[in-house]
Amino acid sequence: MQSFASAQAGAAAPAATPRRSLLDVVELALPKLVLGPTLLISLIFVYGFILWTGWLSFTESRMLPRYEFAGLLQYISLFGNERWWVAVRNLAVFGGLFIFICMAFGLLMAILLDQRIRAEGFLRSIYLYPMALSFIVTGTAWKWILNPGLGFERLVQQLGFSGFTFDWLVNPQMSIYTVVIAGAWQSSGFVMALFLAGLRGIDESIIKAAQVDGASMPRIYWSIIVPSLRPVFFSAFIILAHIAIKSFDLVMALTGGGPGFSSDLPATFMYAFGFTRNQIGLGAASAVMMMMTVAAVVVPLMYSELRRERRG
Amino acid sequence: MADREQARVAGSHVVGRLVIYALLVLLALYYLMPLFVMLSTSVKTLDDIRGGNLIALPAQVTFEAWAKAWSSACTGVACGGLRGNFWNSVTFVVPAVLISTFIGAFNGYVLTMWRFRGSDAIFTLLMIGCFIPFQVVLLPMAQTLGVLGIANSTPGLIFVHVVYGLAFTTLFFRNFYVSVPDELAKAARIDGAGFFRIFWRIILPLSPPIIVVCIIWQFTQIWNDFLFGVVFSSGERQPITVALNNLANTSTGVKEYNVDMAAAIIAALPTLFVYVVAGKYFVRGLTAGAVKG
Repeated sequence: MQSFASAQAGAAAPAATPRRSLLDVVELALPKLVLGPTLLISLIFVYGFILWTGWLSFTESRMLPRYEFAGLLQYISLFGNERWWVAVRNLAVFGGLFIFICMAFGLLMAILLDQRIRAEGFLRSIYLYPMALSFIVTGTAWKWILNPGLGFERLVQQLGFSGFTFDWLVNPQMSIYTVVIAGAWQSSGFVMALFLAGLRGIDESIIKAAQVDGASMPRIYWSIIVPSLRPVFFSAFIILAHIAIKSFDLVMALTGGGPGFSSDLPATFMYAFGFTRNQIGLGAASAVMMMMTVAAVVVPLMYSELRRERRG
Repeated sequence: MADREQARVAGSHVVGRLVIYALLVLLALYYLMPLFVMLSTSVKTLDDIRGGNLIALPAQVTFEAWAKAWSSACTGVACGGLRGNFWNSVTFVVPAVLISTFIGAFNGYVLTMWRFRGSDAIFTLLMIGCFIPFQVVLLPMAQTLGVLGIANSTPGLIFVHVVYGLAFTTLFFRNFYVSVPDELAKAARIDGAGFFRIFWRIILPLSPPIIVVCIIWQFTQIWNDFLFGVVFSSGERQPITVALNNLANTSTGVKEYNVDMAAAIIAALPTLFVYVVAGKYFVRGLTAGAVKG
């Protein structure tokens, strides 16, 4: 594509001399005119709005936005807010477990599927269909499955374990773990697809050579195949972390952030304060904190991507 | 001796295969379980639900819960079922998908075939937009929609979904067109074809696969969206995901789990249908969107 671009530049130069009609000018400007609106939209509705939210987070805005600078007031109030720290702690617990479980299941399923399996396509589409569902649907379904009275608890009791209890959904200590269960169910198939694509890209001859040398399959996986999936681990991690930080729908549908605010995440905190509790300034401050967290995860990826592209 | 060794290896091979298949089937059952529970619960009576258990088959199959979920269940204050919300979703999802795909195609075309000084920088700028948590734009957007007079309206939701979908659609088309051989367009240019002619005559005919991927991706994303729906719409205007959430989290009266499950399936049907008929394209979009998004 580089060559085509430079060919264009070459073609444009002579046109700039005598016979440059209005039509040519328009034609030359067309690409910019076409891309312009998108650029403008991005500058206003992404970058401008980030600055706007940032500004709101330095004001005393409550029910209506106000624009007088009020310093770090909202951040002080945010960091003194117990509910915020519950949300942050929950994000750490949920994010850590969610990423780990999705990666473990995803890798396991990908390796199993990569063994020349009959009906591979069929199985793959079963593992992956939850990705087509809304988190609200997933949350509603799991809310029923984990229902303390009639759901999983009742099932196990009827199997003969009459003393069995499973009340995570209504237990403030455990509610965040139900979000992990449902979230991992929804997203692990996706990680499987990423790993499977990675496995298919591995050079067979390396594996053959290792087999000839007498290495066992588990050993080949552990010391050759899995390490060569490093880039997949990296991007899967980024994507899952991104999903975790943005998680909102699932919590709303599954626990509503409750009992109390025991399963709040930053995204539900932001919604609660910014939109239902009329604390716009505090909501803005929490949104800014969320964006900083995403940036802390994504910027290293972008950096290494760019460096790799430049090298390649 | 060698024979016996071979037999032993073959034997362990068979056992290994069995273990692999057993694990795969178990996993498949685990992934299917919630769907099965949803389906079977949705056709049970409430008595059946209270008397039986999650995985028990319905004693008798009834579609009353489906009828109620569709046309008379209460989602918050209104009691008209999900019917209205389903059509709400259709009316903003279809235009939003088509508009964002259309613009994305042109953007991708410019970013690959008509690069100019700064176009790569613009692309990077757009891509960063894929990563922001939308919470950081919600408050200004709520103000802006109010000022524009499209708060709590179908045009408002179309607008929001187009604006924040553009980065992804652009990414799809740009990454697809990068692999189109540039001789095609170059030859057309020498023959005097212009910007739009090359697009319609040469680029667009090559694009059906990526158009399908992009439409499916956008459709799934926008249909399943909850955040924009819950923040930028209210009452009768709400999309189906918001109505489903209201229905399932209503705490007044008798909890009708069968209606909840029927409603959940109704909300999931369009995207599930797309997944079943065009799963290949869905997965392609997922991994393509994932590489960077």
